Amino acid sequence: MAVQQAITKARRGIPGGFSGSALRADFPVFERQTRTGKRLVYLDAAASSPKPRVVIDTMSDAYAHHYANVHRGIYELSEDATARFEAARRKLAGFINAPTERECVFVRNATEAINLVAYSWGRTNVGTGDRVITTQLEHHANIVPWQQLCAEVGATLEYVAITDDGRLNADDLAAKLEPRDGRSPRLLAIAHVSNALGTINDVAEITRLGHEAGALVLVDAAQSAPHMPVDVQAFDCDFLALSGHKMLGPSGIGALWARRELLEEMPPFMTGGSMIIRVTLDGAEWNEVPYKFEAGTPAIVEAIGLGAAIDYLTEIGMDRVREHEKFLFEHAWTALSEISGVRLLGPAESELHAGVISILLDGVHPHDVATIFDHEGVAVRAGHHCAMPVMLRYDIPATTRASFYVYNDLDDVEALTSAVRTAQQIFGTGN
Amino acid sequence: MDNLYRDFILEHYRAPHNKGYLDPHDLHFADSNPTCGDEMSMTIQLDESKGRIADVAFDGRGCAISQASASILTDELRGKSLEEIKAMDPKELLDELGVPIGPARLKCALLSYKVLQGAVRGSEVAWPKEAEAVAGA
Repeated sequence: MAVQQAITKARRGIPGGFSGSALRADFPVFERQTRTGKRLVYLDAAASSPKPRVVIDTMSDAYAHHYANVHRGIYELSEDATARFEAARRKLAGFINAPTERECVFVRNATEAINLVAYSWGRTNVGTGDRVITTQLEHHANIVPWQQLCAEVGATLEYVAITDDGRLNADDLAAKLEPRDGRSPRLLAIAHVSNALGTINDVAEITRLGHEAGALVLVDAAQSAPHMPVDVQAFDCDFLALSGHKMLGPSGIGALWARRELLEEMPPFMTGGSMIIRVTLDGAEWNEVPYKFEAGTPAIVEAIGLGAAIDYLTEIGMDRVREHEKFLFEHAWTALSEISGVRLLGPAESELHAGVISILLDGVHPHDVATIFDHEGVAVRAGHHCAMPVMLRYDIPATTRASFYVYNDLDDVEALTSAVRTAQQIFGTGN
Repeated sequence: MDNLYRDFILEHYRAPHNKGYLDPHDLHFADSNPTCGDEMSMTIQLDESKGRIADVAFDGRGCAISQASASILTDELRGKSLEEIKAMDPKELLDELGVPIGPARLKCALLSYKVLQGAVRGSEVAWPKEAEAVAGA
């Protein structure tokens, strides 16, 4: 693997940096050329990330030589598969600093993790007249499950407002957390990093405020776990959701972390095989956590692949990943800000902004921007990013979003700014 | 790239024909592109027989492809009977745009067609099969 070489090639003066371009050797997708014969400049990690060869090989090897169903067979192959599957759970627990891997439930993705909480914890703990609080920054995955829950039980969903530069409005957060008619809000559900704007929320502080107000706190870490250290004990949150496919792992695997005592109390979300200890014709007794929440044969090889992705990220070091993306963000933000006719969303301070930049070009629709970028080999997302309330807040239909990861480097930042100029040239805008 | 963003597409985008809102109107319909959330509406005035289009306008913001497509499509509607409109083939509109449109942009190109069909039929119609490539998010 190229990780150690990439770290050796770190730019001087960049604390904890490494060479993103050197790391590309680990990602087979960069061997392909685009249909216009350009180098692939992949700036859409926020949607889903490419996979390093070690993840692909680990999964291929698991299917070829270590595959059987888990937690069932009294034979060597099944024990082998189970050991690898459970090792992945321990890796995940270590990655988010969970006190025990028994608090880590494998699900399909962060969306399913949030739905699990909304259905299981929500339907038993949120009732008529209660309040659930989320924010205007959220991905639809952290809005719609709460809308459904509140509509069903007669609760109210409230949204913390955001400022013009895409931060949470602290006064509004405090106001929303105030008790109403003597009742505390039941839950505060918040993204660690906004997928549409890149804003980094201080989840440790927000969790403290939420707990002080008597609410439980769910952190949507889908956009942060791949890019910066995530520590459930430091955050002191109650639930945390993440997706494997955004952090170099395969699609179809994600995780819910929750405090053990909450998991013990919560009823199952889905029922069937695996999640029971005993079934009679009259009923069933639930298995212990986390298995109570893992009905049916799980995504065995995907979990093992996620474990390999975690090993890869850990070898680089999550502090280093964050420093690298901060470095790229600062260069991209500065370069794009210098182009007239470009408007950038979200906080300007790199301390508060992950490696995600939402761009607006005067006179050019984001869809046209993305098509022109595509022609230049630059893959970005154009649209509402599953965060339509954010678009409404700024009265825009869509943005063009570029998002960085470990394999990106300054050459990609250059390709991005050059593609912006090309779009402006074609549309006769800018200078 | 000059393939897709030919001058005539950009001209329609910068100065679209038939853009606005007809008041009064006989038919009105609005729909959106799930890929980006862009909305488009159409207002139609019928002739005295109420069987043919006398005037038409479209409104809404969108990308160059959707705006040019609506501009070109609405240019051809005056005098057409409602039956002729219902029988229109979406492929003809794609041909008229005359530029290569990839699967990710087909809904942009066919949104105007979908809105027009919704207007003359009085209710939302399914995306034509030519646009079946990309789902919403």
